[in-house]
Amino acid sequence: MPSRTIGRNRGAIISQYYNRTMQLRRHKQSRPSIRDFSRSARPSIRGYGMETDSPDAEDTKRERLVNNLQNLSVSDRIRMLQAMPLSVAEKSELRRLTLQKERRTRSGSQIPCCSRLKYYIIIAVKQSWFSCLSFLHSLQLWQVALKTVSGRFGTGVLSYFLFLKTLLFFNLFLFLVVGAFLVLPQAVLPPVLLSANHSFSGLELLTGAGYFSDTVMYYGYYCNYTLRRHCSDEGGGQNISVSNGTMLACVSKRLSYNMPLAYFFTIVSAFFITCIILVYSMSKSFGQSFRIDKSHSILAMKVFCSWDFKVIKKTSVKLMSENICIQLKELLAEVNHKRVRNSCLQNLGRLMIHCLAWTICVAGTIACVLSIYFFSQYMRQDLKKRSNGPLSTQNPLLNEASLLALPVVVSLINVLLPCLFNLAAWMEDYESPTVRTYVAIGRNLMLKVSVLGVLCYHWLGRMAVDFENDNFMCWESFVGQELYRFLLMDFIFTLLDTLLGEFLWGMFSKRVLKRRRKPVFDIARNVLELIYGQTLAWLGVLFTPLLPAVQLLKLLLLFYIKKSSVMMNCQAPRKPYRVSQMTTIFITLLCFPSFLGASVCVTYTMWSINPSSSCGPFRGLKTMFQAGKRWVEDLEKDNPNLSVLARAHSYLVENPLFLFVGAGIFLIVIYFHSQVVDGQRKIIGLLQEQIENEGEDKKFLITRLQSIHELKRTTVRRLKSQDSSC
Amino acid sequence: MDYTNEPDCKLPLALIVNMPELKENPFRSRIVESFSEDGMGNLSFNEFVDMFSVLSEMAPRELKAIYAFKIYDFNVDNYLCKEDLEKTLNRLTKEELTPEEVELVCEKAIEEADLDGDNKLSYADFENMITRAPDFLSTFHIRI
Repeated sequence: MPSRTIGRNRGAIISQYYNRTMQLRRHKQSRPSIRDFSRSARPSIRGYGMETDSPDAEDTKRERLVNNLQNLSVSDRIRMLQAMPLSVAEKSELRRLTLQKERRTRSGSQIPCCSRLKYYIIIAVKQSWFSCLSFLHSLQLWQVALKTVSGRFGTGVLSYFLFLKTLLFFNLFLFLVVGAFLVLPQAVLPPVLLSANHSFSGLELLTGAGYFSDTVMYYGYYCNYTLRRHCSDEGGGQNISVSNGTMLACVSKRLSYNMPLAYFFTIVSAFFITCIILVYSMSKSFGQSFRIDKSHSILAMKVFCSWDFKVIKKTSVKLMSENICIQLKELLAEVNHKRVRNSCLQNLGRLMIHCLAWTICVAGTIACVLSIYFFSQYMRQDLKKRSNGPLSTQNPLLNEASLLALPVVVSLINVLLPCLFNLAAWMEDYESPTVRTYVAIGRNLMLKVSVLGVLCYHWLGRMAVDFENDNFMCWESFVGQELYRFLLMDFIFTLLDTLLGEFLWGMFSKRVLKRRRKPVFDIARNVLELIYGQTLAWLGVLFTPLLPAVQLLKLLLLFYIKKSSVMMNCQAPRKPYRVSQMTTIFITLLCFPSFLGASVCVTYTMWSINPSSSCGPFRGLKTMFQAGKRWVEDLEKDNPNLSVLARAHSYLVENPLFLFVGAGIFLIVIYFHSQVVDGQRKIIGLLQEQIENEGEDKKFLITRLQSIHELKRTTVRRLKSQDSSC
Repeated sequence: MDYTNEPDCKLPLALIVNMPELKENPFRSRIVESFSEDGMGNLSFNEFVDMFSVLSEMAPRELKAIYAFKIYDFNVDNYLCKEDLEKTLNRLTKEELTPEEVELVCEKAIEEADLDGDNKLSYADFENMITRAPDFLSTFHIRI
């Protein structure tokens, strides 16, 4: 039966793909108007443009397939060719024939010379693009390292390293954009510094203050006027606004660079592009991992899909076989025996234990958050006291070191509290490992979100206001330094955790506890730590343009450290790890709480908070957002024809009604699509039922046929015996 | 075995399954056999490239499903019958399961995946089951 064979037969494959390409062509053709309909006898292809198929070239199946391929668009053709289960030699032959035919038909028709030139240019551009892509592909970062890790630990642990690589590329992009548009211009044309230059002591690398505080690293260094080259007066007046630029008789007026505008637009567009890339990768990952969740064929899926072909080390392969064996036995036990119903009392007992565990976790989180709140307040008072105190009693190094107290406390909490959560989970003793993983991720997420929330309130709600009132210093630079310190402390504590948690614990469990198995690499916890670090980096880009570079270095070092630690100390996870689902969850977590939170904070800072009046590119403005508005106003003043732009700006960007209406339309579209998906799910259920019914029908018909055949045979035999007896 | 002078030479099965990527894989001989033209496991260069292109990251899901079916079909009858499943299981678990457990698993698996009730899995049944397993794309992948 044709539907049953999968085409060992090449001819069957070719005719199957001929049908598919024909269907694709029909779908892609738009229906022509009535008067263009030909009077073909075959209504199914009337008006689909198939009449242009030359009738004499359709003698072999292959020719017909090549003809169809030629009429598809390039991307469809490539996709169709990739999906065909033929050998590479055959596919290249098909491709060659398609292109050959194309060239023949092209040169046959009367194409004007400039269109042909256009085609050649397009083909040349495409070829150079493909060679560029293949060059980039061959430069793959860490190819060998990833292969070693996946060869020993499988796809689960590999997903952590792939996630690290993704974050690396995000940071590289941010660094390039911010570096090119902000750091480079300002570094080339430095402003005149008012305060004294600090000397370099080693503590700067940890605190980010001191020598680094008046460098291009922080917000406070950037000018608030337009940078011009070859201007003798540029070092002078620091508060020259844009519109007064014409007062200086500058030679090269054209080579100007409006720093406040550049700062604003660079940050906004970097965030916007990162958002688009994140949403795209999230939806792609979701599409790959989303399957209609009917736990119908778990055993069959376990048999066919659980072997990880990437694992090549002998001991790991043996371990994987053992794991699969155990999982199959558990599944069999589950499928065979009906679940023993717990008594009411037992259920109540379990519920109490769950409530207790959750209470402990939530109470622990709240306690830590409150302690951070009060400790940050205390440190703020302490800083004020130190700086306002008499100069003779001040020890600048101690002052700087005291700035490290808050980051150390927060990092300690981030490392210790998950141990409490693990204890609570051990007490609860979940049956299903997926539920346990989700609960662990949920609790860790709750902790990190609340910690970051209280810190953002401390910086943006308290510090910004306090500094302005006290006229202390640049609050943005201070917040930038704080974020640098937090990022660095996070890195140091991750190192310590790797050293103590994996290395020393592994040695301890082997020597003292005499366990045969090494500790398991906790993928979920490590990925959440990466997400936390990335949130800090995104929060800090506005205040510290060089922070993505720091995060980049940190991720590079972390890759090698984690890789060596994993290879030396850990073993592959024993529980089944659903890679695509977890990867989708992690990308979603990166997009939603992490990136969304960071962009909300940055938007709030730009929209509502007063920038400090003594430093930075936005001094003198009411909010950072005013930079864009002021530029539009200046444009309008210089050139009255552009008043349309100014009006558009005030109606579209500043008017919240437009944003509300846009968001409303967006939500309606999403709702519509979700309804479509629901409908499709129902149709799939109905079709499955239909297939099962057809199977039953087939069985019924076959048995009926057999019984009738038997009846006929017995009647014939009886007649024969009767004849013979007569 | 000089490829430049004799481009049509075929590598024997015994040589290919000694590759580090395939050496410890329990299905190595079946993988190589399903890509060979003669069914005995002798691969020419084009077939070798075929094998690793299907097992690479970029191959589409349908292509991988087709070849996975071929690999698990030990008796090459275009169906995954009970014997095929038993052989697959024994290779997966290195014969750690008892025969009764193997029997039970095969029965249950066929019961779950077989849609049209002929007690064996055709390609359509297999493909239907594979579409429900999102991890298939990431596990059916060999890095070289």
